[in-house]
Amino acid sequence: MAVKVMIPTPLRAYAGKQESVEVQAATVGEALSALTTKHSDLRKHLFSDDGRLRSFVNVYVNDEDIRYLQKDQTAVKAGDTISIVPSIAGGVNRARI
Amino acid sequence: MSRPRLKVREEMYRRIHAHGVETYPHECCGALLGRDGEGSREVIDLVPLANRRDDSPRNRFEVTPDDVRLAEKTASEKKLELIGWYHSHPDAPARPSEYDRDHAWPWYSYLIVSVEKGEPRDTTSWRLHDDRAAYDAEELEVAAREMGIQ
Repeated sequence: MAVKVMIPTPLRAYAGKQESVEVQAATVGEALSALTTKHSDLRKHLFSDDGRLRSFVNVYVNDEDIRYLQKDQTAVKAGDTISIVPSIAGGVNRARI
Repeated sequence: MSRPRLKVREEMYRRIHAHGVETYPHECCGALLGRDGEGSREVIDLVPLANRRDDSPRNRFEVTPDDVRLAEKTASEKKLELIGWYHSHPDAPARPSEYDRDHAWPWYSYLIVSVEKGEPRDTTSWRLHDDRAAYDAEELEVAAREMGIQ
């Protein structure tokens, strides 16, 4: 099934400068796998070394956060839109405040 | 290759410092709106945001995906781009920490203001390398009016 994956601005340089990429997938996991197969430079920004989605990478299917659905097993159907939305974090290195 | 440049209008620069002072000893955070050009970008407006890290606001900040979407929407309404983020380092240098790097996105500018004992000090800006291993320091230029980008 063809689904559209929306690419956030900071990652477009790694996806052929495209705002969205169409992939064939039945689940969110398959869609992200197809996306990073097509555009391998995206992988390190989306997944940590152990293959998990980085904590500040948020994935939505038609505006529903997949953490509240079935995560990467969330089913997608033709015409669905998957959005990758950043959260932003940082701060000082200090063991104790 | 020359260093990437970040131009900041003086009013925005002052507002970022004021935000860092206001939230001291906690970290402040917000979005940088502006225009992006080849090797140079300009901050024209800000979206100050609440630090969502209630558990550890003195040494952490977090912007939720909803706040990111709000910043993107605000940028779009003002016909600007969301080009980066600012935050403060209370009583710590204006240099990105390991934690900053672990959590950084490429492309965005990350402006950091050091706030020492409640007073704004050094201000720096950074962009993450493509391989996530390090940052490039941006050349920070502060000017009284809109400068335009090349």
